[in-house]
This record gives sequence, C-alpha cells and structure tokens, in this order.
Amino acid sequence: MTPRDRRILARVRELLDGGRARGVLDRRDFLRLSTLGVGTAVLSACNSAGPERVQSLLTGVGRFNERVERWLFDRERLDPVSPQLRAAGSRFPAYHVADQTPVWDASTMGEWRLRVEGAVRAPLSLSLAELRALPVVTQRHHHYCVEGWTAVAAFGGVALSTLARMAQPTSDAGYVDFQSFDDGYHESWDTDSALHPQTLIVLAKDGGPLHVDYGAPARLHGPVKLGYKNTKYLTRIVFIPERNGGYWSDRGYEWYGGT
Amino acid sequence: MARRHHPVIRLAHWLSALGLLLMASSGLRIFNAAPHFAPKGEPPFRWWPWEGTPVPAWLTLGGWLGGARHWHFAAMWMVIVAGVLWLGWAFLHGEWRDFTPRRGDARDVIAMLRYYLRLAMQHPRQGKHNALQKYAYLTMLAAAVVAVLSGLAIWKPVTLGWLTDLMGGYALARWWHFLAMLVLMALTAVHVFMVFSTDPYALRAMTTGGYDAERFSPEARNARPFVNLRPAMLPLAAAGAPPPSPSTMETPDDAA
Repeated sequence: MTPRDRRILARVRELLDGGRARGVLDRRDFLRLSTLGVGTAVLSACNSAGPERVQSLLTGVGRFNERVERWLFDRERLDPVSPQLRAAGSRFPAYHVADQTPVWDASTMGEWRLRVEGAVRAPLSLSLAELRALPVVTQRHHHYCVEGWTAVAAFGGVALSTLARMAQPTSDAGYVDFQSFDDGYHESWDTDSALHPQTLIVLAKDGGPLHVDYGAPARLHGPVKLGYKNTKYLTRIVFIPERNGGYWSDRGYEWYGGT
Repeated sequence: MARRHHPVIRLAHWLSALGLLLMASSGLRIFNAAPHFAPKGEPPFRWWPWEGTPVPAWLTLGGWLGGARHWHFAAMWMVIVAGVLWLGWAFLHGEWRDFTPRRGDARDVIAMLRYYLRLAMQHPRQGKHNALQKYAYLTMLAAAVVAVLSGLAIWKPVTLGWLTDLMGGYALARWWHFLAMLVLMALTAVHVFMVFSTDPYALRAMTTGGYDAERFSPEARNARPFVNLRPAMLPLAAAGAPPPSPSTMETPDDAA
C-alpha cells in the first residue's frame, strides 16, 4: 500500500465513521475510494472477466440511456421554481477543484475576458463590462446536484443563446465545451441543452454580484443539467463538433447529466 | 402435477426480484451521498426523523455515487421489463381479476388474521391467493407504481416536470421514492418469510411451475408459519372408495 492509498483509507474510515455528507467535496473522496476499491478488487479476488463484463454492460446501458434522455429532452420546456421555495442564499454549497478558491488576479493574469470560439463564424472576446452591457436576464433556478440535494438561487446573467446568436456557431457545432481557470475544470454539453433558454452565463446571484465562492467573475448555470456540468470560473466557451468529456464526466459520472 | 404459474409470470417474478434488489441497494448508495430530504436552506424535513443519517454501507451497491447511479439506471430496465410482462399478462389472461378488491374481502382478511392468531384452527379456503396475500400483492403493485413515477420525477425533474409537480416537487418526489422503496422492501421481507416458513412449495411453483394444490397448498396442509410443512396426506384412491372428505385432511399436527 502506498502512502496515498493509506491516506485514502484513513479518509474512507473517517467518512464511514463520521457518516455525514459534506457537500460536493465528498465526491472527490468517493472517487478516491472507487479508484482504490476497483484497483484492489481487480488486483486481488475479482481478476476474472465477470466484473469487467458487468462494467461494460453498465456502460452499454448508460449509452442507451443517454439516447433515451436526448430523445426526451425538449428545449422549450422550462423549469419554473415554486414561489414557496426559498433561495438557499449562503447555504448554497460552494466548491472548486483547485486547492484554493480560484481568484482571477488581473495584475498577473491580465484582464479577465470570456472567449466564445471554436466552430463559430464570429469569435467573441468579451470583458466583464461588455458582458454586462448585453441583455441581462434574472431567473430563479433549481440547482440539481448529482448527490440528490437541491438548492434555489436567483441568477442574473446573459443567456448562452444570446452569445450564440452573436458568435453564430456553424452547423456542425453539436457540442460546447465550458472551460475555466479552476485547475483545468471543464465540462462539455450538447448544444441542444446549451441553447435552452435557462442556460445562463451568470454574473449575479441573489441580487448581488457573483461571489468568488460561487464562480466569479462568471459561471455557467442551467437547470437542465446536473450541478457538476455547470462550470464555474469561466474563461472559454468553445463550440466543437465532438464532445470533449469533462472534469467529473471523465471520472465516471454520466457525461450527459441531464435533468 | 398442475402448473401453478405461467412461464411469463415466473420470468417476471424473478426479473423483478433481482431488479428490485439491485434498485434498492444501489438507490441506498445514491441516498447516502445526501442522506436528507430538505432542500438547502430549508428547515429539516418533517417526515423523516433521521435527516442526515446515512444507511449502513453493507446495505448498498455500487461502491461510490457514480457507480451506484450506473447500476440504478441499468437495473431500472429490468424492473420496467418485468412490470410490462406482468401487467400485460395479467390483463391479457384476466389474472387481474384475482387482485381486484371485492365485497367480502374484509371478512376474508379477518378470517385469515384469526387463523394466524390461532383464534381459528382451520385455514380458511380462499383459493390461489388468500385475502391477506391479495392485499399484500396489491400494496406492492401500488408501491411499485409510486416508485416508478417518483423515480422518473427525480431522474428528469425538468423534462418530466409535470410529474415532479404531481409528486409535490423534487424533495417530496425523493421522499415518495424512498417511502415506496421501504414499503416494497418490507413486504418483500414478509413475502420471503412466508414462503420459507409456511409455503416452501411455492418456491418450486415459481421456478418450474409445478404445484399440487391438493397436497401442497397451505390450506390443504392447514399451515401456519413453521407449522404443518409436510405435504397433506391424501387417502389412496381405491376403486369405489368414497371421495376424500374434508375431515381426512384436517388433522392438525401442531404438536409435532
């Protein structure tokens, strides 16, 4: 056992003993647990074709499910939030994958700009002020976390469909990759979901400017995708002809992650 | 030997048994990722006293949240296929009539309860399924319908938003899903207990189909849990012998 495995085991024990889910950070621990668990299982007892065959069966059914989900998806169907549900406010969980909260430091990194590029006819590079000058909408959204909890927030920002109208994606741009300055975090979406009217480039939350904990200067948020698909600390929006995985999608969660 | 269950019913039974087991165990692993029902920023959920308490890991399947989701969304097709098979068969062949509530059911339920509580010594004769069984299976069917609808509501809360609304919102839909699972698992446990303690011949009836109701049925054996497990004795069918009277089959050997 390497020191890393020992560290993971200690964390696993702590999790099993402590027993409380601590927001999204847990996912990383579960991930470590899974790499350890799968590795150990393959190396020791279950070196037969059995479990692998089950895994490939599960992957196959997953692909089939994605086809069903994309067939069910309706870009016109909105997700209204009941007025009885309160905004989570500061109880809205915050996380990032970098060790420290990613902060855009203009003195070393230059001016922050959001680029819209790839398979587009008119690539964009927008400063925060230029983004704010575009038509800004405010919508109350459900945030559906893959873990099963939900939270409500009022997000203000520019609809991605607005940016797409400006950038004019080509007809082969079936996917969009949302990239960040959070340690390489990105997630790619199908363009159909990205152009849903509630898919926003968020600049404000609950009436105030977007806080660094929640992905400032700009983040992606749309209720049509699970929380992990919504990239924070945005830098680039790249239209692409093929999907490009994503941070959590590459670590075993469903790539589609639709709601 | 008479055939108790048609092959389609047997296939649907074992498919749903395995499917439900996979669904419940992987579902509990998904639940453990956020073992509470209240949305963030809302007060604790009123109808679940153990908010924040995960279920023991040994009850769960999948290893981690993503793995459990893959199991859950694969096993759901097993349950759907089993449900379509069973419902289709029951309607095409009229077996749904066995499960429609009727006047007199309350009387039959009371008769069965009196028998199990030893207030009556003779097993009531109520046919293939007694009234307690009938309502247990009906409850499982209703819970399965709730589980499927609430499951769809939390799988696709936007695309199938009308279903989520019908359930009272996402948090309540999750609660209905959990509650339906609890009901299904509880009645499954009772069902398995009754098979092994009272009608082990049902195991063969549900695998190869064979079942001789005259010798093996709980009413022929006058069986309660752990009582009268051996086949009922039938008189030798001698030529000219009178047909067996009910009294020959009603020799309770409770003391044995």
